Amino acid sequence: MSTVLENLVNQPYKHGFFTEIEAETAPKGLNEDIIRLISAKKNEPEWLLDFRLRAYRHWLTMQEPAWSNVKHQKIDFQDIIYYSAPKPKKLGSMDEVDPELLRTFEKLGVPMNERATLAGVAVDVIFDSVSVATTYKQKLAEVGIIFCSISEAVREHPELVRKYLGTVVPPTDNFYAVLNSAVFTDGSFCFIPKGVACPMELSTYFRINTQDSGQFERTLIIAEEKASVSYLEGCTAPKFDSNQLHAAVVELIALDDAEIKYSTVQNWYAGDEQGVGGIYNFVTKRGLCKGVNSKISWTQVETGSAITWKYPSCVLLGDNSIGEFYSVALTNHYQQADTGTKMTHIGRNTRSRIISKGISAGRSNNSYRGLVKVGPKAENARNYSQCDSMLIGSSCGANTFPYIEVKNDSAKVEHEATTSRIGEDQLFYFTQRGIGAEEAVSMIINGFCRDVFQQLPMEFAVEATKLLGLKLEGSVG
Amino acid sequence: MIRNNAKVLLEVRGLRAKVAGVEICKGVDLTVRAGEVHAIMGPNGSGKSTFAKALVGHPAYEVSGGSALYEGKDVFAMAPEERARAGLFLGFQYPVEIPGVSNSAFLRLAYNTIQAGRGKDELDPLEFDDFVREKVKLLEMDASFLDRSVNDGFSGGEKKRNEILQMALLEPKLAILDETDSGLDIDALRVVANSVNRLMTPDNAVVLVTHYQRLLNYILPDYVHVMGSGRIIKTGGKELALELESRGYDWVVDEYEKAEATA
Repeated sequence: MSTVLENLVNQPYKHGFFTEIEAETAPKGLNEDIIRLISAKKNEPEWLLDFRLRAYRHWLTMQEPAWSNVKHQKIDFQDIIYYSAPKPKKLGSMDEVDPELLRTFEKLGVPMNERATLAGVAVDVIFDSVSVATTYKQKLAEVGIIFCSISEAVREHPELVRKYLGTVVPPTDNFYAVLNSAVFTDGSFCFIPKGVACPMELSTYFRINTQDSGQFERTLIIAEEKASVSYLEGCTAPKFDSNQLHAAVVELIALDDAEIKYSTVQNWYAGDEQGVGGIYNFVTKRGLCKGVNSKISWTQVETGSAITWKYPSCVLLGDNSIGEFYSVALTNHYQQADTGTKMTHIGRNTRSRIISKGISAGRSNNSYRGLVKVGPKAENARNYSQCDSMLIGSSCGANTFPYIEVKNDSAKVEHEATTSRIGEDQLFYFTQRGIGAEEAVSMIINGFCRDVFQQLPMEFAVEATKLLGLKLEGSVG
Repeated sequence: MIRNNAKVLLEVRGLRAKVAGVEICKGVDLTVRAGEVHAIMGPNGSGKSTFAKALVGHPAYEVSGGSALYEGKDVFAMAPEERARAGLFLGFQYPVEIPGVSNSAFLRLAYNTIQAGRGKDELDPLEFDDFVREKVKLLEMDASFLDRSVNDGFSGGEKKRNEILQMALLEPKLAILDETDSGLDIDALRVVANSVNRLMTPDNAVVLVTHYQRLLNYILPDYVHVMGSGRIIKTGGKELALELESRGYDWVVDEYEKAEATA
């Protein structure tokens, strides 16, 4: 790789700092006592403890999956802290939030209070494992929307949580999802009642803080009949040398004529230039289009983590339901990403659309893995998939693994794929027209990702564009 | 147009340049004044393209000796994009394809960058659209060409026209056109040549790198240089091109070698 390209892709992580906040931390390791401790700390009802224990007992019988195209050292699940919370404080207003925490958000460039006001975004902040501040809740409550931490939802709306938790990702799902079901500490809960269009974008900023504390977020979003919501999730993390496991679960449920749009911009610490450290992001995200004419749309911009293993999926159960997946995954240095989606067509006239853009730089490896499954009763199912890869330099890799299973003759499934490379000659072409290499890379990448960025809410699209620039730019020369 | 009192735009002395460690240019001398048209001809591998690319700073071409002054400034002390902003332009022999980046966005960014470098006003997308459409007409190009990705899926002729379109937009002081005529049919050649002629002023200059004399029927050169073994081995007027057309290059090389041997 030329020096120009090397400098461009080798910019260090800008969000590497550590906030000192006293944490209440459980001992390392996992057993039934730890699970009981988590449940007790959170004053959970009996049924939830049973849910956790059922998951844990199932997990003990499982093996870590080995089919993905990523390599990492074996994770010692007994060397992880499963519960860590900032010291509990009663917070009446934003003024009472730990100033250190607020400074952290300042450093991240997300001054939550300002940002929330300016952008009209309600932010449910997850700092380590406990929600510390929730804004705009009142305003949302006026139209009957519940937007709070999942712990609070368990306390305040147990019937809703009990009705929907685990119905999309059951406590016997994949290895990491099952682990999450056993030990999840917090996350977001969102309920949009019948006929309500959520008046604002809902947003959560996740941030991993305590070293070696695994993160097991649990998010549950329900849109009732004719309801709609757009939910944003954005992440950054401080710089550490030891790998941190993150195994979140997100469940979306859309009833008749409901629509859920879930957007993610992920910028977790990816390890240093040598590939040391960084987050392992093993996430299960799944949406159930339960009702007729329902729609679930996933949009993700994945730029961080040492390893990303993530397949936001849609189960198209209701007739005429629609599933969408728009993804940009960027890997650099020694990052590995194995990401994609699953579209499971069960109902009639169900449609799905997959647009995936993978960008690999440095010595990274970027794989798209997707499954389109059409069941025997899914008359007239349609799928369109497009998977494009872009390589920057010559030491990185890109793979596409599309799987198609069709059990109904009326289905139409289309798949297109391309691979391209940003080379020295392309950059020089810009340079010879007076355009600097950084701007050139940014223009090429943005052109490549346009179809996905168009799906993001405006302020997120701007952030995503900057983020990709930041990940690939550096001092030239 | 030769004027002995015209400003010197480019002065190259003893330029040596390497590609992949192999020296291709072995001491090129060339002086270009404002208002002049130069043609550099010569057999394959004689160093014409290497000379052009080394001058504009392609990273694969390493300058290993000699000097080049552009308007009195050391070319090799300037970053390639600075050279471009100062008015040094290369029309590429093989323009690269850039999928996903629209031609109009690319042209606008290039135009505005160069304008900003000259301390002139930039154009917003609407203003630029009007401006670029005029230029497109002059080159007898279809306007749909602006909405396509840069050079992506363009025919050979379209790519070359796109280069000249960029030249027309950026108004360089010194344009080096590297085999812009190759791959063009007669009609396209005429359009491209007419455009280049229209862009000529007493203040700028063009260096045409070409294999064939036919381009020089349309763009009349003030000087014709022959490159051989990495140097300019003969310089003459436009009649030299015709002589090369009928006699080939060997006699020039022989003449040069004899002269070297006796020197």
